[in-house]
Amino acid sequence: MEATKYTEEHEWLRPEGDHVVVGITSHAAEQLGDVVFVELPEPGTTVSKDDEVVVIESVKAASDILAPVDGEITEVNEAIVEDPGKVNEDPEGAAWFFKMKVDDPSQLEEFMDEAAYKEFIG
Amino acid sequence: MSDLKRTDLYDLHLELGAKMVPFAGYEMPVQYPMGVMKEHLHTRENAGLFDVSHMGQVIVRPRSGAYEDAAAALERLVPASVLGLKEGRQRYGLFTNEEGGILDDLMFANRGDHLFLVVNAANKEADLAHMQAHIGADCEIGMIGDRALLALQGPKAEAALAAIAPQAAGMKFMDVAVIPSDFGDLWISRSGYTGEDGFEISVESARATDLARALLAHPAVAPIGLGARDSLRLEAGLCLHGHDIDATTTPAEAALEWAIQKVRRRGGAREGGFPGAARILEELENGAVRRRVGILPEGRAPMREGVPLFAAEEGGEPVGAITSGGFGPSVGRPVSMSYVPTAMSGEGTRIWGELRGKRLPATVTGLPFRPANYKR
Repeated sequence: MEATKYTEEHEWLRPEGDHVVVGITSHAAEQLGDVVFVELPEPGTTVSKDDEVVVIESVKAASDILAPVDGEITEVNEAIVEDPGKVNEDPEGAAWFFKMKVDDPSQLEEFMDEAAYKEFIG
Repeated sequence: MSDLKRTDLYDLHLELGAKMVPFAGYEMPVQYPMGVMKEHLHTRENAGLFDVSHMGQVIVRPRSGAYEDAAAALERLVPASVLGLKEGRQRYGLFTNEEGGILDDLMFANRGDHLFLVVNAANKEADLAHMQAHIGADCEIGMIGDRALLALQGPKAEAALAAIAPQAAGMKFMDVAVIPSDFGDLWISRSGYTGEDGFEISVESARATDLARALLAHPAVAPIGLGARDSLRLEAGLCLHGHDIDATTTPAEAALEWAIQKVRRRGGAREGGFPGAARILEELENGAVRRRVGILPEGRAPMREGVPLFAAEEGGEPVGAITSGGFGPSVGRPVSMSYVPTAMSGEGTRIWGELRGKRLPATVTGLPFRPANYKR
């Protein structure tokens, strides 16, 4: 299994073959505060890197989650739409956001590994 | 945050792990480690302690020595019955301008030989100058600089405060009293900004942290930040000046008719005589062109301040914009307030809020979103 990667937007990316599962880090969830609303993309949507694919609202503010790479959304986690609080409870586990097919796996190489991300968030 | 002022409880906030933010010129706790949602729910179920020392505490004393002269003077600025307020009681009021708009909202109390006012932090200097200019000849007006203000709110507030000041338990909603305690004389009012039973407690600066610690030692009491204070007051349908009311909104538009007692209205014994009376009294009789209402988004997406509202799913110009909005933890859904044309202000009217380019349905509703829990 390939190691999880991290973006500067505080997403984690877990490679699964030619797919990647995307969620937000515990650090991001803590910074956001209690999540009260999540809007996920339609499976089958073709996305480009940095497209706004998820809307997430906490008690404090709205923010977006960007597509980390080019590809196609293949699966979304409806459980966090039903119960947005899950994002705070288990952000790096049960509260994943979406799974996408990656067009060009080399796009994943630029992201941080866990050690680098930990340093990034200080 | 070098230009920001700190309240007497600043060190305690840091010790409690608060996240501090700038608010109205002060460094204030927006949340503690419990988080906004849990702090909100804790206040509704138990009791929450808020530092509201940034607000202005003002003494208005008659130069003549006769209380009635101060009350009559304040009636020249506030369209409420100040003279009709009994000693030991507090009332909600508005400073209005010549156009009938709302310069600020405030609480005023009859303390026997003087009035005690609590005004909004962001407006306190302007309020003071306004009073000096218009009633300064009749009243000595002073901002209190050596007292903190705490709010203790929630169904267990009475039990927690009674452990320190037993007489507080006998007070009713909007009563005020000076109650001696181990922390000096506490100036207590049974009121607040959450829709819950509770108290606001003015305490000497030097004793404020010790009082806060003593209240927090009660098992029901947790420290609560500005984040939850905002969601609590929003569910309670209470206005935040600068957002839901301001110098361009009138009392009738803001659905605050109840803050203007009959004696100040047309035909009353002390009709008018305050800034903007012509427009304000006319609107009390005949209604205003727009009205503050509750907005319940049908979906889960919060409609926050600034979200434009439309009368139809497609086309047309905005009919209003959200003035306050967010998620209501106790009602379990997003809630908002807005002004809408009076014709659309009826409960159940369908309205659309435009979020991220999409118009999402919502329903006009009465306020509050959650019934108040005051001890009358």
